[in-house]
Amino acid sequence: MLYALIPLLPLFAFIVIGLFGHRIKDHAHLIAVPAVGLSFVLSLLAFSDVASGHVLEIPLYTWATSGELTIRLGLYVDQLTAAMLLLVTIVSGLVHVYTIGYMHGEPGYARFFGNIALFTFSMLMLVMSDNFLQLFVFWEAVGLCSYLLIGHWYERASARAAATKAFLVNRVGDFGFMLGILLVFVVFGTLQYQPVFGQAAAHSSDTVDLLGALGGGWEVSAMTLICLLLFVGAVGKSAQVPLHVWLPDAMEGPTPISALIHAATMVTAGVFMVARLAPLYNLSPVAMDVVAVVGGLTMVVGATIALTQTDIKRVVAYSTLSQLGYMMMACGLGGYVSGIYHLLTHGAFKALLFLGCGSVILAVHHEQDMRRMGGLKEKLPVTYWTFIIGSLALAGFPLTAGFFSKDELLLSAWNAGALGQTLTVLGILTAGLTAFYSFRLVFVTFWGESHVDPHHADHVHEPGKVVTVPLLVLAVLSIVTGYIGIPDFLQHAFPGSEGAGHHGPAATVIMVVATLAGLIGIAAAYLFYVKSPDIPERLMTQWQTLYRLSLNKWYVDEAYDKTIVGPTFRIADRMWKKVDIAMIDGAVNGIARGFAWWGWVARFIQTGETQNYALGMTVGAVIILTAYVML
Amino acid sequence: MNVPVEFYLVLSGIVFLIGLVGVLVRRNIIIILLSIELMLNATNINFVAFSSYLGNLAGQVFVFFALTVAAAEVAVGLAIIIALYRHHESINVDDFSLLKW
Amino acid sequence: METLIFFYFAGVILLTATLVVALRNPIYSALSLLVMFFHVAGLYVMLHAEFLAAIQIIVYAGAILVLYLFVVMLLNIKREERFSKQGGVALFLGIVLLAEAVILGISRGIFVGPAHVPPQGEQETSVGNTESIGEILYSTYLFPFEIASLILLVAMIGAVILTKKGILESKSP
Repeated sequence: MLYALIPLLPLFAFIVIGLFGHRIKDHAHLIAVPAVGLSFVLSLLAFSDVASGHVLEIPLYTWATSGELTIRLGLYVDQLTAAMLLLVTIVSGLVHVYTIGYMHGEPGYARFFGNIALFTFSMLMLVMSDNFLQLFVFWEAVGLCSYLLIGHWYERASARAAATKAFLVNRVGDFGFMLGILLVFVVFGTLQYQPVFGQAAAHSSDTVDLLGALGGGWEVSAMTLICLLLFVGAVGKSAQVPLHVWLPDAMEGPTPISALIHAATMVTAGVFMVARLAPLYNLSPVAMDVVAVVGGLTMVVGATIALTQTDIKRVVAYSTLSQLGYMMMACGLGGYVSGIYHLLTHGAFKALLFLGCGSVILAVHHEQDMRRMGGLKEKLPVTYWTFIIGSLALAGFPLTAGFFSKDELLLSAWNAGALGQTLTVLGILTAGLTAFYSFRLVFVTFWGESHVDPHHADHVHEPGKVVTVPLLVLAVLSIVTGYIGIPDFLQHAFPGSEGAGHHGPAATVIMVVATLAGLIGIAAAYLFYVKSPDIPERLMTQWQTLYRLSLNKWYVDEAYDKTIVGPTFRIADRMWKKVDIAMIDGAVNGIARGFAWWGWVARFIQTGETQNYALGMTVGAVIILTAYVML
Repeated sequence: MNVPVEFYLVLSGIVFLIGLVGVLVRRNIIIILLSIELMLNATNINFVAFSSYLGNLAGQVFVFFALTVAAAEVAVGLAIIIALYRHHESINVDDFSLLKW
Repeated sequence: METLIFFYFAGVILLTATLVVALRNPIYSALSLLVMFFHVAGLYVMLHAEFLAAIQIIVYAGAILVLYLFVVMLLNIKREERFSKQGGVALFLGIVLLAEAVILGISRGIFVGPAHVPPQGEQETSVGNTESIGEILYSTYLFPFEIASLILLVAMIGAVILTKKGILESKSP
């Protein structure tokens, strides 16, 4: 029961800050940071508790019973959950501390802390859920927090638009998710994980008739349908293609939340979900293939776009997109352990990279274009060196955690059959691209001559300790997490999935090739941006179409705009003008005007001349008499 | 050889209608009042005819009272006309439209 | 014989009634109304209502009509437009009503069945018309009689007040 405090402490912090924010103002961190810190300590306890192999089931509350449906609130902590708990509390805690420096003096200081506390609560409840409905509720809750935090600087129109876009695109995914949950209930009769997993095998050959309502007969496997629908939700939340469009725009939010939400935690909820529901996915090879392909596609798309972006946060955002693709791909090929392993290490180094970007942005007075940076490595030493470590981890450089997790991932992909091998090759190529763009970022931002705006050039200095200490902690984690035996720990949660065979010819080859790809990428970046800076220019003009495709994000946003957003707005506009104003308002106003007109007409009956009134009486009498005579 | 009552009815009806048309048609207020007298007389004929043919004196008593009321009405009506004439110098009914909107 | 007398009276009544409505000069209209009153009194006599005939001449012809003539001459009325604009409609309505009356009459069997003639013999009592009316007026219909006198009183007062010069002028805008 003590573990129920893990999510409740941040919730308590949110409530206190929410109610008393006006009075606390600049001291809000005094409430939020200890809360998260305590959660972290408790998470460590939970971690050690399940390390030996057993799981914790903590039912909390039965909310409602309606017919066959019972809605319960409960916690379920196994090794997967424990690992996620640690990730969330650590990154959230470090981000809390970082925010003290980053958002110092801002008017929305307390509101920000309240929102990230709420987010921490929601994410923790999400990973600790023991039933589908709770998962969904907190899935939505993290989406809400994302909206609130992306739009933190709501005075900016672009921030408001980005927040709305994130929410709407997530909603599309959530629709599929909801349908999946409904189908789970229809097939299994319950929404609790344990009973569902237990009965999963028995229902593996169930079918659903998709055209049943129309009298037709299109039978599909129920399990596949459930998995695919739930995956739609993951596509939205984890920004897989084609619902990836919100993630780059989410960079409108302050950098700390880019690190927390859009690198380490919220976007990983989709991957987490697929892993958590592994027993269901294992029964549907079709769904798993779909997951793997979507993941692979995202992996490539993200990397190709990151090659040309000039906003440092956008580069890291597309990098996140690409790495999420890796994780999703691994889970889709059965490599849940390696996928989650990469999720955890990625959480560390990607958060580090984002926070490093934040530090740079602070130093150059909120400039985000890398072409107006350069020569910062002497001026921001801590930031620079931690950034290097993070980039090395991202590129999979030997001895970093990223190296171990990426290697593990590619190996488990290779062992998964023909599709897996194709995707592994793609993965290695992408690793090369990853290394290239990450070091492009490093070299352009930190090396070379300074293109910083002359006004600010003299004030460029390292931010204070509250900013640099989290960077250092994350840098350490980016290395250490490769050595603490996460895969073995996670293995307990996925009985039946074999660990990737570490030994054997395939393993060695992959390790070597992947590392080579990474090194080539780094070397190429060095060549292009330090040695011969004219090469990028030449390539840009030579391969113009590809360059533009990459720079404009493959025009996906534009395509959506033309096919979905544009028509929707036009339909809405027409409905407004033709239906609402003309018909509905017209009808109502028309009735009023009709009455007014009748009144005006009726006035003329009162002529004031008595003879006319007498005539009226006579006419009335004639009418009555006529009626009498006729009938 | 007696006259059937229907004849009296028809006569009374026609005189009433003549009076009614006169009220609705003429502009001179005096003539309008005279037409009203016509209508009253028509109904009186009716009453007396029925009184005779049913052997009931109530009809004649009613005529008695109708006569009285007609007299009173004429007095007041003419007084009003005099008052109106003093005000407007006209007895054309079209000139009096004070009841208007 | 009686029928012929009836037709004479009826014909003159109808003619003078039309003249009342149609003549231009209001004095002529009043005079034709006078003739009509006399012939109505004649009809009353035919219907054995002699008292009423007398009352008709005394009150209507002798009082009311005289009053009309006084007013007409007092107001010095000029000849003006005769018929108002709603004349056509009113005439049409009159004809419609007449037609309907005929239709009703025919459908109710008034003109098709045997004519209703008065029962014979009962009328010839020893008591005269005046006496019978007096008897019934002061017994059964006493209350309406008193009310009628009240009406006359009110009319008198009204007429006096309405024509007082002071009152109206103070109210004129």
